[in-house]
Amino acid sequence: MPGLKDVKDKISGVKKTAQITKAMNMVASAKLRGAQQKMEAFRPYAGKFAEAMRDLSGGIDSGDLPLMEVRDVKTVEIVVVTSDRGLCGSFNAHIIKTAERLCRQYEAAGKKVSFVTVGKKGTQSLKKSGKLRLAFNDIMGSFQMFNAREISQNITEAFLNGDSDQVDIVYGRFYSVGVQKPEREDLLPIKSLSVDEGGTSSKGEVSGSYTYEPDPGEIMEVLLPLFLNVQVYHAMLEVGASEHAARMTAMDNATKACKDMIKDLTRLYNKARQAAVTGELMDIVGGAEALKG
Amino acid sequence: MAQIHLEVVTPSGAVVSEGVDIVTAPGVGGEFGVLANHAPFLSTIKTGTLTFKKDKTIKYLMVSGGFAEVSSNKITFLVESAEFGQDIDVNRAMRAKERAERRLVQAQQATERVNRIRAEAALQRAMARLKVAEMTRH
Repeated sequence: MPGLKDVKDKISGVKKTAQITKAMNMVASAKLRGAQQKMEAFRPYAGKFAEAMRDLSGGIDSGDLPLMEVRDVKTVEIVVVTSDRGLCGSFNAHIIKTAERLCRQYEAAGKKVSFVTVGKKGTQSLKKSGKLRLAFNDIMGSFQMFNAREISQNITEAFLNGDSDQVDIVYGRFYSVGVQKPEREDLLPIKSLSVDEGGTSSKGEVSGSYTYEPDPGEIMEVLLPLFLNVQVYHAMLEVGASEHAARMTAMDNATKACKDMIKDLTRLYNKARQAAVTGELMDIVGGAEALKG
Repeated sequence: MAQIHLEVVTPSGAVVSEGVDIVTAPGVGGEFGVLANHAPFLSTIKTGTLTFKKDKTIKYLMVSGGFAEVSSNKITFLVESAEFGQDIDVNRAMRAKERAERRLVQAQQATERVNRIRAEAALQRAMARLKVAEMTRH
């Protein structure tokens, strides 16, 4: 039977841990709200952007635009977006695993793979592979559009230089507070945005009456890099929200586990105390018996 | 006076959404003005100053990289950043300008095309910020 004091210390220790995990849970939920607001604010921009791209891409020969050029794929670059901090369950591990699986698939097909990581966790894990080309760390806390721009400029450069022939992005998509899943999307070459059926004809008429300045092809040239920024920024937003949601769940579980431990430990403590009381009573009774003689 | 609805949307939300008398924007092919009931029109926007007038008050907005769309008496700007003069941190813009100028000199020596383009873009943004901040003060 462990000593009374040991158990008591243990209980207070676990209680303190529970306090911390509880606080982290609340911080994460507050931050999640912020991240969701950021996503909400971004939605009109992204929506409008996609709409304009659709309108424009109809009358454009995608072969002329270097960012849409489909080449024989020899090297694939994978952009992996994770969080900077841990303590959010298996969230980052899942993203990294997905990226590694993708890497193996490409390598099995005889392609070379390089990684660009956004977020410290991805950097730490993928550094070991020796395929890390570039890492963007410590920006997931409070990133803005210009962070996304820096990243997309960098991968565009590599694509245009011919260092990579295809760029994929892997990130954790936010479905709900309870569900976040790793997802893969194409970044480069930019696929021509197919117009969804149904709205095609009416959309086509509207865009036909527009005056473009400069001509649609040149507008596309400006818009494509911006579109890439939008995609990278979107992935970062998703990861931002997912990270906090995953941390909320992880911390909630930790708090629950602490409570269970406290319950068990309290039981153990009561038992030990009872044993001590019984022991003392035995001593007293024994002493009294002896005195009676 | 007939008004046109102006909307300026950035990745971090809408900055302006109101009816205005006239909008002047820095198009890639030169500055252009838009009044109410303009024909459908789409233009790319470069870094510069967006001006709009409403009831005799003129407001200035620094915008960078994006495009503008005019349709059904509404003009929508989709830009990467949009800031009013009073929200601009002049000191920060100054520092950014100096940094960009230094980089530009370095890039010229090394003839790094990409870095030069980036430094130029950064310089343009910084100068546009300073200009808008200056105009708002007067």
